[in-house]
Parts: sequence; C-alpha cells; structure tokens
Amino acid sequence: MTEEIRYTAEHEWVLVDGSVATIGITAYAAAALGDIVYLDLPAAGTEISGGTVVGEIESTKSVGELFAPVDGTVVEANQAVQDAPELVNSDPLGEGWLIKVEFSALPALLTADEYRTLTGE
Amino acid sequence: MTDLFSARHIGTDAAAQSRMLEAVGYGSLDALMAAAVPQAIQFDRSLADSLVPPAATEREALDELRALASANRVSTSYIGLGYYGTLTPAVIKRNVLENPSWYTAYTPYQPEISQGRLEALINFQTMVADLTGLATANASMLDESTAAVEGMLLARRASKSASARFLVDADAFPQTKALLRDRAGAVGIEIVEVVLDSVDHPAGHAHPLLAADGADGAFGVFVQYPGASGRVWNPSSVIDEVHAAGGIAVVAADLLALALITSPGELGADVAVGTSQRFGVPMGFGGPHAGYLAVRAGLERQLPGRLVGVSVDAAGHPAYRLSLQAREQHIRREKATSNICTAQVLLAVMAGMYAVYHGPEGLRRIAGEVNRSARSLAAQLRASGYAIVHPTFFDTIQVRVPGRARGLVEHAHSRGILLQPVDDDTVGIAVDETTTDAALLELARVFDAESRPSGSTDSGPAAHVDADAEREPSIPDSLVRTSEFLTHPVFNTHRSETSMMRYLKRLADADYALDRGMIPLGSCTMKLNAASEMEAVTWREFAGIHPFAPKADVGGYLELIAQLERWLVDVTGYDSVSLQPNAGSQGELAGLLAIRGYHRSRGDEARTVCLIPSSAHGTNAASAVLAGMKVVVVACDELGNVDLDDLRAKIEMHAESLAALMITYPSTHGVYEHEVASICALVHEAGGQVYVDGANLNALLGFARFGDFGGDVSHLNLHKTFCIPHGGGGPGVGPVAAKAHLAPFLPGHTFAQEPSHLLLDGTAVVHAGPQISAAPYGSPSILPISWAYVRMMGLAGLADATAAAVLAANYVAARLAPHYPVLYTGENGLVAHECILDLRGITQSSGVSVDDVAKRLVDYGFHAPTMSFPVAGTLMVEPTESEDLVEIDRFIEAMIGIKAEIDAVAEGEWPADDNPLRNAPHTAQAVVSGEWSHPYDRERAVYPVHSLIRGKYWPPVRRIDQAYGDRNLVCACPPPEAFE
Repeated sequence: MTEEIRYTAEHEWVLVDGSVATIGITAYAAAALGDIVYLDLPAAGTEISGGTVVGEIESTKSVGELFAPVDGTVVEANQAVQDAPELVNSDPLGEGWLIKVEFSALPALLTADEYRTLTGE
Repeated sequence: MTDLFSARHIGTDAAAQSRMLEAVGYGSLDALMAAAVPQAIQFDRSLADSLVPPAATEREALDELRALASANRVSTSYIGLGYYGTLTPAVIKRNVLENPSWYTAYTPYQPEISQGRLEALINFQTMVADLTGLATANASMLDESTAAVEGMLLARRASKSASARFLVDADAFPQTKALLRDRAGAVGIEIVEVVLDSVDHPAGHAHPLLAADGADGAFGVFVQYPGASGRVWNPSSVIDEVHAAGGIAVVAADLLALALITSPGELGADVAVGTSQRFGVPMGFGGPHAGYLAVRAGLERQLPGRLVGVSVDAAGHPAYRLSLQAREQHIRREKATSNICTAQVLLAVMAGMYAVYHGPEGLRRIAGEVNRSARSLAAQLRASGYAIVHPTFFDTIQVRVPGRARGLVEHAHSRGILLQPVDDDTVGIAVDETTTDAALLELARVFDAESRPSGSTDSGPAAHVDADAEREPSIPDSLVRTSEFLTHPVFNTHRSETSMMRYLKRLADADYALDRGMIPLGSCTMKLNAASEMEAVTWREFAGIHPFAPKADVGGYLELIAQLERWLVDVTGYDSVSLQPNAGSQGELAGLLAIRGYHRSRGDEARTVCLIPSSAHGTNAASAVLAGMKVVVVACDELGNVDLDDLRAKIEMHAESLAALMITYPSTHGVYEHEVASICALVHEAGGQVYVDGANLNALLGFARFGDFGGDVSHLNLHKTFCIPHGGGGPGVGPVAAKAHLAPFLPGHTFAQEPSHLLLDGTAVVHAGPQISAAPYGSPSILPISWAYVRMMGLAGLADATAAAVLAANYVAARLAPHYPVLYTGENGLVAHECILDLRGITQSSGVSVDDVAKRLVDYGFHAPTMSFPVAGTLMVEPTESEDLVEIDRFIEAMIGIKAEIDAVAEGEWPADDNPLRNAPHTAQAVVSGEWSHPYDRERAVYPVHSLIRGKYWPPVRRIDQAYGDRNLVCACPPPEAFE
C-alpha cells in the first residue's frame, strides 16, 4: 500500500498532485467486487460534489457505486479502464485509476494506517 | 383401489418415508410437521369446511376439463389489437410446447447445462433485432403492454430531458394505454395522450409539447406502428422531434408487419417493443406469449430482464450465457430500475423457432398473404359501398358503419365472427395467417346483409373482387421494407421437417431438465409438471380464444377461473384472488399497488414506507420502488430471523409513513419463523399492511394460511407450488390474494369479461385497482394446469405433498450435516422445505468454491442447487415432494463424494488450481483429446460414480468465462465459423 495516497471509507483512494486529485478504488474493493466488467464514469467537464454517486463499477457479481470523494470538476476519465475494465482488478492503484478531478475543496481523508484499520487488514 | 394422483405426484411412498423419518428422528410425518410448523400458526379445520373438492382421479379431472372447455366457443376472431390467429407448426407444437425437455427446464443460470435453450433464445434475440432494425433485443418480456411500460421506464433513465412527461400515441392499443397510465401514476410520470401524424403542423412541430425544452417538454414518446386503427404511417418526423428535445422514442411494432414495412430502427427509434404471439403461439385467451424489447446501440446496459450473450468456455470455445446478471433486481434491490426478473422463455423459443422454420422468405410470404387478405377485404367492402377509414394498412382495417357498429358486431357474433367495436360508427377487422378466402367471403356476407334493408334477398357478394383492386398497394412506397433480415444461416437451413425436428432434438439434448433428473434449486420448487395437468393447454377451446372475446364465448374459462380463485382463497386464508399478474414479480407489484390504493383511499397519502427484511429476495425491494414506495431495510438476527428490536425501532421511526412490511414465509432462509404472528401484529398496530411473499408456500399448504396469521395480501407462484412448468425461464403466473379490505384495489381491466369476483362470504367485489398485465386474466391458457393439480390432489393431497417436501428437505439436511454445515434451522433443529449448506468455511480452508461444487455436480449428473442465495458462499437445496428416495439418495451420495474430493484438495493431494472440482464440468472432448496431464484420472473426471457408465448427461461445453462475456457483449447469433 503506497503511503502518500489517502483513502475514503467508501474504499476509494485519492492521490493529490497540485490542484488535481486522481481517484480510484482500493485493492480491497477490487477484490471484493470480483471481475470488473464495465465502468460508467463521469465525462470530463462534469461538476461533482463530494459524497454523491458519480459513476458505476459493474462486476460479474454486483454493481458498485463510485462516490465523489471531493468537490470539483472532472478533467479526465481513464479511457484505458473503460476499454479494458480488468485493469482495475490487475492494477487498482496504478493503471486502474478512474478519474482525475480539479478539486475546489479537499475533505479530511484516511491515512493508509487508518484505512487498514477500517478493513481489518 | 383408485389410482390416486397424489401417489403419482409425490415421489416417496410410505416405506421410503418411514426410512427418511428414521434418519430425521421422528416417528411419523404428523410428528415431524407438528414439530416443524410453529404451533401458533397451524390451523385445525375439517376437510369438510374446505372449498377444495375431494381429489378426483386423472381421468375424472380431464372429463371435467373437457366439460369446461366445451363451455367455451371458438369464434373466428378479427379483433386483433395484438392478438391474432396463428398456425403453430406441428413440429414446434410437438417437439417444444409439448416436450418436457423444453418445458420442465429452469432459467439458464447454469449455462454449461443450458446451451440448447440459450441458443434458442439467442435465435429469438437475433430475430427481434433483425426485424426491428435495432442493435440488441433481450430474451423476451412478459407481454407487449408490460414491455411498453419497461420501454417508458428505460426512456426516463436514458433521456437527457428533465421532464416527467411521456407522450402516448392516441392510436396505441387500448390495453397498453391503460397499463402505461396505471403504472406511470405510482412512479411520478405524467402521461399525455396525443394524436400523432406525419403531417407538418403550422408551428413546424409534430406535436406542440415536443417544442418545449427541459421540464416543459417530454422525456419520450410512445408510438404504435402500425396503429391500433391499422393505419401504416411514417413516424420518423415525430421521432426526430423527440430526439431534438433530448427524448427517447419507443415504438411498438408488429413483428409480422415488419417483414413488409420499414423497421423502427431505420426510422430512428431508440427502443422497440411488442409481442411475438403471432409467430406460432396460440392466443390462449391472453397468454402466455413472449413480449419483446429491443434497443439501439448504446442502450444495451439499460435493458431490463434477461439477455443472452456469447462468451467462451475454459477450452476457448464459444458458449452462450446470461449476460449482465449483476444488473438484476436480486442484486440491485431498491436501486433496481425494473422489477422484471423473468422472461417467457418457452414462448420465445416457439416464436424464434417459427422464424427458424419459415425463414425470411417464409415470413415475407406469410406477411404478404395476410396483407393480400386485408386488401381483398377492403376492396370487397368498398365495392359494397363501405368507406374504409385509413387507406394505408397492413392487416387491420376500420370500416365506417354510422350508428350501426354495435348491431353489426352482435350480428357477426351470432355467425361465429368477432369484430372489433371501435365506436358507434366504426368497426375494426384484423386478418391473420389463418384467414382463408372462404372466411373472407363469409365476412363480406355479414357486411353485405347489414347494408341491405331487411326483407331484401341476399344474393351475396361477388365471389371474386376485381383483381386490380387486390393489387392496389396498401403500404406507402416510402415505407416498403428494403433491408434484409434473418440472414444468419440458422434461419436459412431448417426448411424440411426432418431437419427442424433434429435441430430441436439436438438443442434439447444439450440441456438438463427435469426429464433427466433432480433440479434441487432452493426457492424454485422444481416439482413434477404432470402430463395430465399439461393436457388441456393445447386444446382448441382453450388455445383459440381472443382475450377480448365476448363473455358469451368464454363461459368455460370464467368458470375455471372462478373455481381456481375460490380454491386459492381457501388454501391461503384470504378473501379474493386476481389471476391477472403473469409473473411473481408482477403479483408483488399488484399487491403493493393495492396497499397504495387502500392507503390513498383513506387519505393516508403519506404512507409510503415499505419495510423489507435484509434476508428478502431482491425483487421485493425493486417492486416496492416501482409501486412508489420508499424501502427501509429491517435487520435479521444471526439465525436469519427478523430482528424484532430493529423492527420495533423502524416502525417507531416511520410511524406516520408506514405503508407496509414485506415478509417471506417461511423465510428465504428456509425456516419457519416462530414470531411471524407477532411481527404482523406490530405492523398492524402501527397502521401498516402486511405483505406476505408466497414464494415458499410449498412448505405451508394444508398446514397454515397466510391470511390466518396476519397477512393482508400475498402473491403466489403457480409455477412453483401449483405445478405450472418453469418453461426454461417462463411462463409464470403470480396471482395476488388479498383480504376483503384490499380486494377493490386488486388489478382491474377495461376488457374483463367478469369484473366482479366472489368473496369468501359469498358477496361480490369488483377488482378496480391498477391494471398489471396486457390481458384481463393474464396467462389463462396455463391455468388448467394448476386447476388440474388442485382438483386431483384435494386438500388432503396438498397437505401430504407439503409434508413430503418438508420431510425430503430435512432428510437431506440430516444426512448432509456431517459433511456440510446446515446454516439455519428452526427451534427444533428442523428446516422447512429447503436447507442451506454453508460452504464458506470449506472454501476458506480448501479454496474450493460454491461454483466448483455446482459445476462438479454436473459431472455427477445433477443440476446444481441455488448458488449464493440468500447467503453468498452457500448452496440452497430444495428437493420437493416429487423426487423419490432413490434420486434423493443419489444426490446425497454425490454431495458426499464431492466432499471427499474437497478434502483431498484441502489435504494437498490435488493442487488447488488443478483438481476435478476446479476443472468441472468435464466434456467428452476434454477427456479424449490431447495428452491427459491432470493429477486425477479420466475416469474420475467423467465417471465419478459407477452407475454413470450406463447413462450420463454430457455437458456440451466446459466452464464458461462470465467476465469475458460481460466485457465483450455479443447478444446475437455468432457466425458458424466461430464454432469450427
């Protein structure tokens, strides 16, 4: 688990670089969902507000929701994972990132340790 | 001694039952049931008080059915409106409709043993997609009108418009307009009926409402094509307008007409809906038939219901499976966008096979003959001086008879002819592929006699109309279909009956149905569908009746329906029953809408909260949302029972807004909850209504009644408890039964031949609630099955069946408990009619999953139990009363054998990723081709039990890759090269 990135209780990770946050789901979430087959991500330009559902992550077992961890504007949705959703399973914290958001406010997020405690791992 | 039917229906005889009782630890069936069913809810009444007559023999019941059938009168129907005469190819009737290999199969959740019907369904999907000119069709809908409702809901999800308004073509079928209206109300959609045509309006808009933007416009439009009036017109300008306003165009199209006229897809439609009834499925007084729903590219993932797709198996070969199952109600629960969780598989298979047998040129010929009949009739009537309302038509014409429509319809009826009364001045006539020249002549005579003053001699119309008139086209040049359809080889190969028969046999052989062995699917009740019960379904007097036929023609049906309603009232403890819902999910919806109607009738409009235990089937929540309710989940305790403290807290929290509690009894965990009566009382005290889901009625019939312990309304599944076959995933019938105070809110229907229903106390009530199906009595042609079951069992036989089912489940639980933990039991350590085997610990210690066990059971010659419902990582087993002890023991031995294999994996004898479980199921090819490199031998792979050598079900494909199919969605017939 990379230490610089932050986490949410909805099992998402957030990596901040300047005013842009890259967002994905954790390895724990990807494993729980199972084989991911389809992603419905917000398009670039979409205004999102923290805590609301902005997308769907569909696996062979269930349909999970993507919560916006921050307020802001989507600057990019990862086309590679939309073409090959299995990337989210194989590399959730790397190539399997989902969206980049130009954020206006950054709420308190969990540290790696706090997230580990949450998942009991 | 009489040959009792119950002894044929129940698989275990007295000797077998006493051996089973010994294993369970009870001295008698009575003692077992007394211990299993909570004392507080067991009823004690004499059989003499029952409305269910004593059991008849098979022969007696068939004699009675013959008498009921002969009380129906089969007139020649020209009513149309979505129901037409059709010629069922005999090869399809005998080899599909009357063949247990097709009708006793379950929904193809286990795709490796369902390749036959999955192929048949992908044929259906390809046929619908081709004819409608759209990208993807699903595996069928319940009927045309419910498909239209699903089209409307899909349009709201997919539309960019914020409007809550949906425009409906004034020229749509009346039953569809009524259903759209009734369903829209509960979910906040405003229906606006509009007269649509392709003539440009002065403002430049096809309809003024479409001009408005955003909330003032409409999120979509529903167009009937051809119209209910028969008119063939070009809706493309309307569709363009809807698109310009960000809306979605839903077009209901006649599949046979589409062989001749331009497809909705080519006209720009986003969604097409309709029925495939006239593709060889008899009218049957309204159903069952397969509705359809197709969408343009980009909307596939919005499709409700079932969708068959292509994936690959472990050997890389193409294989069919159900796609996108994660979007279904049982997973998405209150977030589901539809409550449709089944299809009309058997009927979709028939319709798809009709297209396979006739092919594109055959369909063009049939459609051409139908159109020629309509043109010939129009010409004859014009020659007799009648005005035809619309000059363009496919099969339906309207005739002007100012002020005389009623008299003409009655006169025609007296001659065995059914016309459609449109209004006082107009009658409609729809011809079909059964219409003969002689019948047209007879029809023309009726009109000719009508046009003459009484007393004048009847010389009859000319036998032949001017051939030029017949040649006059009735389809506008701009709408003549030019695009190809059904070009796939499957629709161009099976022209001879021999070839067709063998194709059907080959597909049936690929599948595992009840005619091969036990299907121990928990919560599905895969019991016997007796041949004598099925007998009447295809009788002409039941099959050949139009759903809107006059009351005088359907006396036999109405009597059969009234009797069945009273018997169901008697066995459930309610006051009134509606047979209109054509699936369990629709029964749920009808019941919840009745609750909604009841609260609103008392001014309790704020009562919208529906409490649902966390253990409930996901469809409960989906139905509640579609009934306009807000779902609040109630927790369950560690035993799987409703947590009473949480229930009290939730009731208190929503005291003012409580509408209902939905509870399944026995619970979805297969346990008789002891507190059920007090749960019902708590809800009633708070002003709520209790909905008891009847999915597990097979564990209660003859011992306790929902209505006695507090239920206000329930749906039953005639396709589970009352023997209607599952048909490979439909048809179903989901009657809704209610107490008297809810009875007025049960489903109504404008065309119901008998809107009044007897209550238990002998008074009558009119069912006037929201319509739920296209036809007034849903799917009546399969009601003789349930009628015959109850008639031949009697109340005593039904109770015997319940006890035998409970014994079988407890026997399986007792014998398998040393090998697999049984997850939930009631207070005496007993289960109800099913048991949950908990594999989670086994999976953790060995890596062997429920999937592995399910697929390995195929190698042992079994259909898997229900996987991961209601608890992930478990198997739920329901043996039913119909299995005999030999088959039940064979299943138990298979499960014990599999446990030994799991132990071998756990102990490291076989690697976790290369063992008979992980590699299951094994095809013949898998064991004969190439080098055998696995750590177990080939005999272990395919003959784990010696008896299989003499007779074995061979799966045609290896384990199917679920993820591949969902990532690469292909839902039409793959090219033949894919299988090389």
